[in-house]
Amino acid sequence: MTQLHWLPDDPTFRARLRALRTAPPAPEPAWAEAMALANLRLDFVRTNALDQTMRAIFGTTPPKFTGTKPIRLAMLGSCTMAHLHGAIRVAGLRRGIWIDIYENDYGQYMQELVDTSSELHAFKPTMILLALDAHHLAAGLSANFEQADGDAAVEEQTNRIAECWRLAREAFKCPVLHQTPLPVHPDLLGLNEHRLPGSAARVIARINQNLRPMADAAGVELLSLDTRAARDGIAAWHDIGLWHRAKQEITPAAAPFYGDMVGRLVASLQGRSSKCLVLDLDNTLWGGVIGDDGMDGIILGQGSPLGEGYTAFQEYARDLSRRGIILAVCSKNDEANALEPFEKHPEMTLKRSDIAAFYANWSDKASNIKAIAAELNIGLDSLVFVDDNPVERALVRQELPMVAVPEVTDDPITFLQAVSDAGYFESTAITDEDRVRSAQYQGNRAREQLKASTTDMASYLRGLDMEMIWRRFDRIGLQRTVQLINKTNQFNLTTRRYTEEDVIDIMQSNKAFGLQLRLTDRFGDNGIIAICIGKMQDNDDLLIDTWLMSCRVLGRQVEPTTLNLIAAQAKNLGAKRLLGDYIPTKKNAMVKDHYVRLGFNLAETHDDGSTRATLDLATFVPAETFITVTEG
Amino acid sequence: MTEPEVYAALTEIFHDVFMRDDLVLKPELTAKDVAGWDSFKQIEIVIATEERFNIKLHTRELDRLQNVGDLAAVVLAKA
Repeated sequence: MTQLHWLPDDPTFRARLRALRTAPPAPEPAWAEAMALANLRLDFVRTNALDQTMRAIFGTTPPKFTGTKPIRLAMLGSCTMAHLHGAIRVAGLRRGIWIDIYENDYGQYMQELVDTSSELHAFKPTMILLALDAHHLAAGLSANFEQADGDAAVEEQTNRIAECWRLAREAFKCPVLHQTPLPVHPDLLGLNEHRLPGSAARVIARINQNLRPMADAAGVELLSLDTRAARDGIAAWHDIGLWHRAKQEITPAAAPFYGDMVGRLVASLQGRSSKCLVLDLDNTLWGGVIGDDGMDGIILGQGSPLGEGYTAFQEYARDLSRRGIILAVCSKNDEANALEPFEKHPEMTLKRSDIAAFYANWSDKASNIKAIAAELNIGLDSLVFVDDNPVERALVRQELPMVAVPEVTDDPITFLQAVSDAGYFESTAITDEDRVRSAQYQGNRAREQLKASTTDMASYLRGLDMEMIWRRFDRIGLQRTVQLINKTNQFNLTTRRYTEEDVIDIMQSNKAFGLQLRLTDRFGDNGIIAICIGKMQDNDDLLIDTWLMSCRVLGRQVEPTTLNLIAAQAKNLGAKRLLGDYIPTKKNAMVKDHYVRLGFNLAETHDDGSTRATLDLATFVPAETFITVTEG
Repeated sequence: MTEPEVYAALTEIFHDVFMRDDLVLKPELTAKDVAGWDSFKQIEIVIATEERFNIKLHTRELDRLQNVGDLAAVVLAKA
């Protein structure tokens, strides 16, 4: 099944698309409407129609107002992929990301990688997708190969792939994605095909097996088509007749799903995957209505197929939370009724302590979802809301179009399918912060309680026993550093987005520093909460190129403590003055006066609202705070 | 399924594939008559038709398709 079944259908799609095409509104509303259309359940014909409409309106220049970083994606492969471009662009649009696509001349991927005068190099890609098809990788095999011949074939192909990764990385210093080949070849032995060394099916399976550790070692992200096809059936992805007719490894019918998988990886690399699963309660986590049916009336757990369906969904939510997804509850209920199953029902998998924000009241759900985002300090666009009630889903989609609301039926097994197939929480890595995040949010609750019980701020801060542990950028923290640089929107002075390669450049420079700051306190480890990048200018000035911080440590004196650290690092590089820039975006107004608050002098104000402030290091006196600073 | 029903459904497919609501489907209509009807669009039309009528066209049937009339005839025989 390759339909985008988690997206809602809209019978007015044709009319809306035709209206957009024949009478496009101004660019910003046109983009918003196109984004809304991209978030409907589109088949490949509709996907291409939307893509053509977008290109008719916007041409090939990314609009300035998207608020996201445009992508220049080069697809490198050995078969026909042009029929996938539209679906990839629409999947970007679905996430508010503009994607331009280049595809190499048929079969010429290696030549274009090597040749610096090729069109590929002229395209200047910011992301590479290497898509070598199974027929290409299996070329030259013979069914009567000895084991050594089969081994050599696997090695030759995997070496070639690794060489492509290396060439792409060196030439373009950008993320590399690799599409695993589909198992399209017929069996020769049968169920024990793995005993035939020269079998194409066997060799492709071995290549796919080897690609996993290779990609991990090389920092390449996989687009795992082989495992996806195992879920949907190979026939849903590959049409043998079409391969003979048009050399399309992937059938156009699966293009929207394929494009969406590329879109997930792009979003994940930009730190734009969803972070929080918001759950309704009645008929979503259990069957029935707790307020009416009571503890012994709700359907949950072993003994009933329906009850096991709800349990399976709870287990899935719990597993997501254990790998870093935040859980929240949004339910129309009396709070005491809503809490009772969490505290007393023996079949509940989810416990109250698994839920970071619990909203059970009679307000409308859109307001509660806004409150959840505010309490957790995350953007509305990082929430996924699951509710069995179509009326509630429609309301939230209308009021909060940036919240993802998967389309489900009243059967709980569809909740799990929708959330997992939609790939909302796509992550390319699991960081230590992800693993302990739920605990961090519980720590936040304990901190709030301490704050409420302490009469003055100073004694609250002193009582927290805070320690800031700082390190220069390093390989160990690289993933988290890049993640923070690319997803922090609010407390971010310049909102400059950097790739792993950019961060490595800073690590290796002797005229710049990158700092990762961790904050611990008596309630636990907050993880890496701030990133700073300083760059020496041609004179004695040090420019604070990037300063960003997690909002969950606001009001904890982290800012002045960080400035003390930046000043010390700058002096080590010989700086006499700090330059602090503020570049306004839609989301970072909270740090508009950040530098002035810290004692900088406002030096320049520009028409676009950006400012530059300066701080003389000779007269700078480090602020005293309640945070102990250590290098670690 | 009747011939007019097949033509009505095919018309909707063609309108969506070419994003032109003014296309009138006649049996003698060929790829030459419609701007943008290339081999990619041909595949789109075939797959959309297969999905719409829940049928599968075979290689020989596809090779024989010369115009809209041929497509409608294959669909009528199968759907």
